[in-house]
Amino acid sequence: MKLYFKFLSIHFRSAMTYRASFLLSCLGHLLITTNVFLSVVFLLDRFDCVGGYTLAQLALCFASILAATSLAECFGRGFDAFSRILSQAQFDRMMVRPRALAFQVLCQDMKPTMLARLLQAVMMLAWAVNSGAVAWTPAKALVLALMILCGAAVFFGMFLIGAAMCFFTMESLEIINIFTDGPREYGKYPFGIYGKPVLLVLTFLVPLALVQHWPLQYLFDRGPAWYGLLPVVSLLFLLPCALLWRLGVRRYRSTGS
Amino acid sequence: MKKYWSFFKMRLMAGLQYRAAALAGMSTQFVWGSMEILLYRAFWLEAPERFPMGMEALSSYIWLQQAFLTLFALWNWETDILESVKTGSVSYELLRPTDIYSMWMARSIASRLARASLRMVPVLVISGLIPAPYGLRLMVSPVVFGLFLLSMALMVLVVCAYSLLVYALTFYLTDPNGIMVLSVAAADLLGGAVVPLPFLPEGLRKFAALTPFGSMQNVPLRIFSGDIPPAEIPGVMGLQAFWIVTLILAGYLLTRNGLRRAVILGG
Repeated sequence: MKLYFKFLSIHFRSAMTYRASFLLSCLGHLLITTNVFLSVVFLLDRFDCVGGYTLAQLALCFASILAATSLAECFGRGFDAFSRILSQAQFDRMMVRPRALAFQVLCQDMKPTMLARLLQAVMMLAWAVNSGAVAWTPAKALVLALMILCGAAVFFGMFLIGAAMCFFTMESLEIINIFTDGPREYGKYPFGIYGKPVLLVLTFLVPLALVQHWPLQYLFDRGPAWYGLLPVVSLLFLLPCALLWRLGVRRYRSTGS
Repeated sequence: MKKYWSFFKMRLMAGLQYRAAALAGMSTQFVWGSMEILLYRAFWLEAPERFPMGMEALSSYIWLQQAFLTLFALWNWETDILESVKTGSVSYELLRPTDIYSMWMARSIASRLARASLRMVPVLVISGLIPAPYGLRLMVSPVVFGLFLLSMALMVLVVCAYSLLVYALTFYLTDPNGIMVLSVAAADLLGGAVVPLPFLPEGLRKFAALTPFGSMQNVPLRIFSGDIPPAEIPGVMGLQAFWIVTLILAGYLLTRNGLRRAVILGG
């Protein structure tokens, strides 16, 4: 654990060395997400509500997904950029070191600029929490925290799948973006908005709705309390992800150098 | 002209090397387009009377947007050009017997066309098969279709002229990233990428339509779906032409002046 913090501070310091470019890419990320949120504001301005959700409720939904993705992207970046590690044969070096492989990949790369997004998410959360979208109780606050943390875990699982697929294809596939970049875009609305088929896929196949749509129903008093516990169930998704990763590692043959 | 044409062929062949990547990109775009349409469908079902475009027109807009994404996306910068200005290797270009601004222009147009020509066909075909209000609607009339093609051509010129202006500014700035980040964000919002312009609040919509970003994808995509009435088409296309002339002039002068000012260190 101590080693992890050591790496963390190294990545932060290296990002801070080029302060101007660090700040600019933070600004870039901020502007992109601001635009996405503005699109919600403009549409709600015209339609008042959609599927029974008000702007404040949608802001809560967007902020929780934004927080989850930026946490996963900040700390799980090593798996997100895994194809580079493979193609540069850095993976061979990792295999001879006396530490867990997954741990080394995690330490290899981090993305501190994502913290700007996290900050934005926290500010939006603060606004949404105060705007009366939800009648808060301690249990509901706990559910919100679970949504964010388990959400980050599910996204991390997605990175893991993407990385594991690199063992078979040797390059990263843009298809996985549907599930990593997509939800940040489309998670701004509860997934139920997109209709039943989408909701079913995102509940049973890729459990993104378990950390977003279903617990939100509980927060907005539209569903039973056990919906609030579904984020914990979503953690089961990590099992097949880890399995696939194992399988990939076993199958790995160095590209040689 | 011939040298620009051969340059275009070169780019197309380079793009064709990555067929698997193009295939993956296509399916991604297909899913994204579907999600976008499902989203607007929710709003449409909520209050059809407040929907500023027809659902059919909106679906066509989104499918065309996905099909031609690489053609008009401003973030599709020519990184080679930017690097050459930053590192100074632009000096080699000066030795060539072609005007540097036209060369850059040919290059930008060529690589955009090459990337788009790979991706657009399958997306267009599949979305054309999707049943009415959610699929790609066929053209309103041959005349409108002709105007759409013309406006597409103008749009490519606006986008390229704008990017060239940014490359030219690189001569004067130490770090072009700032202006690139701001341009992309502005184009996303004012160009109709995050929301089609008719969905914006009235004041912002009028302002956006006048900016160069409003002369990008907004115009041809809405002409195609019949969302811009025929009487207004000459006006918006005139504005496109105005921005092309202005942006090219500004970019050309800045490049010439920047090159004159630039001191290339030998070595």
